[in-house]
Amino acid sequence: MNTRLLPLYATLLICIVAYAVCVFQFPMMFSTRVAGNLLTDNAFLGIAAVGMTFVILSGGIDLSVGSMIAFTGVLLAVLITHYGIHPLVAFAIALLITTTFGAVMGAIIHYLEVPAFIVTLAGMFLARGMCFVMTTDSIPINHEFYSYLQGSYYLLPGGGRLTFIGCLMLIVFAVGIVLAHFSKFGSYIYAVGGNRTSAELMGVPVAKTTIGIYALSGFLSGLAGIVFSLYTSAGYSLAAVGVELDTIAAVVIGGTLLTGGVGYVAGTFIGVVIQGIIQTYIVFDGTLSSWWTKIVVGVLLFSFIALQRVLVLLSSKRTMAFRSR
Amino acid sequence: MTDNPSLLAVENINKSFIGFKALDSVDFTVRGGEIHALLGENGAGKSTLIKVLTGVHQPDSGLIKIDGQAVNVRDTQHAQNLGIGTVYQEVNLLPNMSVADNLFIGRQPMRFGFVNRKLMEQNARKLLAQYDLHLDVASDLSRYSVAVQQLVAIARAVDMSGRVLILDEPTASLDRHETEILFAILRQLRARGFGIVFITHFLDQVYEICDRVTVLRNGKLAGSALTAELPKIELVSLMLGRTLAVATHDTHRDRPAPEIRQFSFKGVGRSRSIAPFDLDIGEGEVVGIAGLLGSGRTETAKVLFGIDAADTGQIHIDGNPVLIRTPQEAISYGFGLCPEDRKSDGIIGDLSVRENICLALQAHMGWFDRLSTKQQVILADKFVKAFDIRTTDIEKPVKFLSGGNQQKVILARWLATNPRLLILDEPTRGIDVGAHAEIIALINQLCDDGMALLVISSEIDEIVAYSSRVVVLRDRSHCGELSGEDIIPSNIMRMIAAEPEGVSA
Amino acid sequence: MSLLNVKVLTKAMPQLLSLLLILFLNYLAFPGFFDIRLQDGRLFGSLIDVLNRGAPVIILAIGMTAVIASRGVDLSVGAVMAVSGALAATMTVAGYPLPIVILATLGAGLLCGLWNGILVAYFDLQPIVATLILMVAGRGIAQLITEGSIVTFNEPSLIFFGTGSFAGIPMPILIAALLLIIAITVVRRTALGLLIESIGINRSASSYAGLNSKLLLLVIYAFCGFCAALAGIIIAADIRGADANNAGLWLELDAILAVVVGGTSLFGGRFSILMSALGAIIIQAMNTGILLSGFPPEYNLILKALVIIVILLSQSFSSAGGWTFIKAEFLSKGRKRH
Repeated sequence: MNTRLLPLYATLLICIVAYAVCVFQFPMMFSTRVAGNLLTDNAFLGIAAVGMTFVILSGGIDLSVGSMIAFTGVLLAVLITHYGIHPLVAFAIALLITTTFGAVMGAIIHYLEVPAFIVTLAGMFLARGMCFVMTTDSIPINHEFYSYLQGSYYLLPGGGRLTFIGCLMLIVFAVGIVLAHFSKFGSYIYAVGGNRTSAELMGVPVAKTTIGIYALSGFLSGLAGIVFSLYTSAGYSLAAVGVELDTIAAVVIGGTLLTGGVGYVAGTFIGVVIQGIIQTYIVFDGTLSSWWTKIVVGVLLFSFIALQRVLVLLSSKRTMAFRSR
Repeated sequence: MTDNPSLLAVENINKSFIGFKALDSVDFTVRGGEIHALLGENGAGKSTLIKVLTGVHQPDSGLIKIDGQAVNVRDTQHAQNLGIGTVYQEVNLLPNMSVADNLFIGRQPMRFGFVNRKLMEQNARKLLAQYDLHLDVASDLSRYSVAVQQLVAIARAVDMSGRVLILDEPTASLDRHETEILFAILRQLRARGFGIVFITHFLDQVYEICDRVTVLRNGKLAGSALTAELPKIELVSLMLGRTLAVATHDTHRDRPAPEIRQFSFKGVGRSRSIAPFDLDIGEGEVVGIAGLLGSGRTETAKVLFGIDAADTGQIHIDGNPVLIRTPQEAISYGFGLCPEDRKSDGIIGDLSVRENICLALQAHMGWFDRLSTKQQVILADKFVKAFDIRTTDIEKPVKFLSGGNQQKVILARWLATNPRLLILDEPTRGIDVGAHAEIIALINQLCDDGMALLVISSEIDEIVAYSSRVVVLRDRSHCGELSGEDIIPSNIMRMIAAEPEGVSA
Repeated sequence: MSLLNVKVLTKAMPQLLSLLLILFLNYLAFPGFFDIRLQDGRLFGSLIDVLNRGAPVIILAIGMTAVIASRGVDLSVGAVMAVSGALAATMTVAGYPLPIVILATLGAGLLCGLWNGILVAYFDLQPIVATLILMVAGRGIAQLITEGSIVTFNEPSLIFFGTGSFAGIPMPILIAALLLIIAITVVRRTALGLLIESIGINRSASSYAGLNSKLLLLVIYAFCGFCAALAGIIIAADIRGADANNAGLWLELDAILAVVVGGTSLFGGRFSILMSALGAIIIQAMNTGILLSGFPPEYNLILKALVIIVILLSQSFSSAGGWTFIKAEFLSKGRKRH
């Protein structure tokens, strides 16, 4: 019915087919254990991808995500291990910094009218550089609160574990969906991504929205950093290199239009799951190497961009029929 | 209804942009319960006037009054609060969002901090039902035709402002049936006491629905009258030229018709753009193309020059059949085109006058056979002198030149390629009087030098002054041709003003 | 002519001054910075080192300049470097003769560039989107070629490209200089410079003037891919192996930065390949300086970020007049009011 939903259905179909193929080949993959691990392993990616979804929906891009995750991890390690601050306080500090950082980038993008790509590139360099200023070593985090969080999980039937961070990702996705479809802010994001000029003429507060989007992305990058630090129990400056690409890929494979305005947070979840399935398959296979992930993701990326291009061309042709000049 | 008090009035409005005056002491009044047509060619100042009314631009001087009270419209938001709603030409909605979103964005009903979609959609249905429009308000706006989008935009504007409604070319992309629906709604709004400003280039529609007409020309008020008291031909003359009586054939230059017409286009056309037409042009003659905005003038030029390649017809040059699918091919046959939209299709703003002049010749010579800097300077100097292009030096970026001088640069760009057929689309638009006369003189001179010219213009006097023959366009098709003694403004206007199924050529 | 040179010099003044300042700071941090000595028939010294290490980015920046001037960007050059390095290393290990290896590798780079060019010119994809695909998939392809391992080789003829020298000058510098001279000559002697600037500033008007902008874009991206392959060979030859994960990592960003530092606007138009090369040298001088002063090399990320921010701010303010003009004229639906 709605061509806009087509990429989303395509994603869902690919996801189901991919999973079916995996299960057909490795029946072991059909278990809550694998599902639980998939959520845990990709928790940080998923959380960051929610932020990226909002950014891309608004027609922008955020290249600083990976660096922000590493930055948060290092900051937490330094605060907790070196200064003995309680993790919860450290979390709050980290989130405050990353959110502010995102907001500043958003303000620069809006008020100086520079492409988001170059501003967040500077942000990427800056965040990564700040990691190294704090430390170049990998700092382990040993705190009982960490152990507590890492140890808490919900036992799924079948022996799978829904860990705290896996759970957190699901919550973030749920909140993201609500935010995108049931809040004013969400409608403003779609509006800005659909047509900035129209949005402004229709009374959408474009400045506030743009700043809010990048602040949100900063916040979620920070949260992803916290999850990543819980996942690895360490802070390392060279961690999470290239995660921005993985998140962008998840968003696009999830059916969001890279030019903005069209897409679903739920689709991004499927995009993340597809990447997770490919990785899991490679682990199960044992002979394939991890580079296949990149190639498959690249091929998917191309297919979805091509699909979107075709859909856009088709719909513009349809409107051309009505337009007379 | 014409005696109703003024709802919205502007008095003596002036607005200048860098290099030209967009609005020059314009007065304009909209009364409650009337539909007021605002007419004029591209660049006549319609859009600028609308933008001043809606707070997008601030006027340099002059008054805006609502109910007789002077107001200062700060921005589009403020305009809406004052009761002025606008529906722009390019439907300014968000096709990627639902119909309900489009109606209520920024003012959605909230419950517990969340958008109450159910209530919003209910309100949307109620609102649209007033216009007899029953849509699935939860689905994307892009699913609906431009006509429906237009109506949604109107519903939104009416719901938000509720006094004055400005419609910028609302019918440009609607078919007859859709237009009927729109008109029914406009009549309904008029009955409710709205003041409606209706911008269009369809004269029939002016007479069908509008109570009053105001015509702008070159940023000035050309005239304003009750529709019922203004014959169509006078309206055309308001838009296109001086009054009929003044223009005479004296200004026309008689030229012998060329013996052979080297350029022959048979049945050339492009679907949804311009109906197939026949056109022959010979070296040493100027063929003028006259017609209103949207009649297919620019489309004709684009098809001939290969920008929008023709999908039907044959082209012969010197009797040989040729194909023209791209500008490169057109140029290789000796064509040149000065486009209508100088800024977006003509000048390369950041490049210098010299580079702009050499560009077409260089593109024709290829990537590797470079015009040396010395040759470029000689070429540029020659044209700067010949055309009196006013620039401090030839290395100045062309964007800093005035409109007239930019136009001369583009002319120079083509003349540098020694074209055989030069197509000029509105060569005198938006340029000052002095440059205007120079360009007309140049057209005549080029023709005397043996070039074939096709000149599109909305200035009828101008067309009369240089054309050997005149082709008249109406409703995207070539509807007639005049030559010799018949080329007088009144004839051209009569053909333009004729009913579609009326007078034949 | 001398007048022209003065004009060029004043235009390049900010970049030249920055370079001098950085070199001077390097001198303060490491007094032996300007020493150059000849050893075993090859020049050594920190200055030579700056050029030698900067050569790959200079080469990338040459291709990137053309792309950015055409109002595009190529995010895939780092990945293309990895592909070409992997190809060169694997083919060498497999025993192919050097000319075949070089030709195949450069050909692969061209192919990658053509792919990008087709997507940008003929499919009308935004350059960022189009080149993102290869940026993601490229490293996977590189790993596919090396089969996931780091392929090392000991073929002296290939290694020569990375560590050898000719007439005392290290090969990478020589190659970069040669490419620079060729590129500048081509731009000067042919019409390509003018035509690229023209489509970068106004593609529509360029088409009206008879430019084949699609073909030109295709060639530009292909050339950028070629440059990336060349840089990939040098890096592979330098480390005597191909590391599909890390070869050329972030170098696309360095190349973009070099072009921007060199004064070419991200919005296309006027460009100078020489200035981009200067930009690349400035970036490398910063890297070397940080190394010499004993900071961890990653500190220069902060410096780069600051450089970007300063450039953005200065461009934004210096062209404020231009911006309002553009806004009033082209985006006239009222983004900003007076």
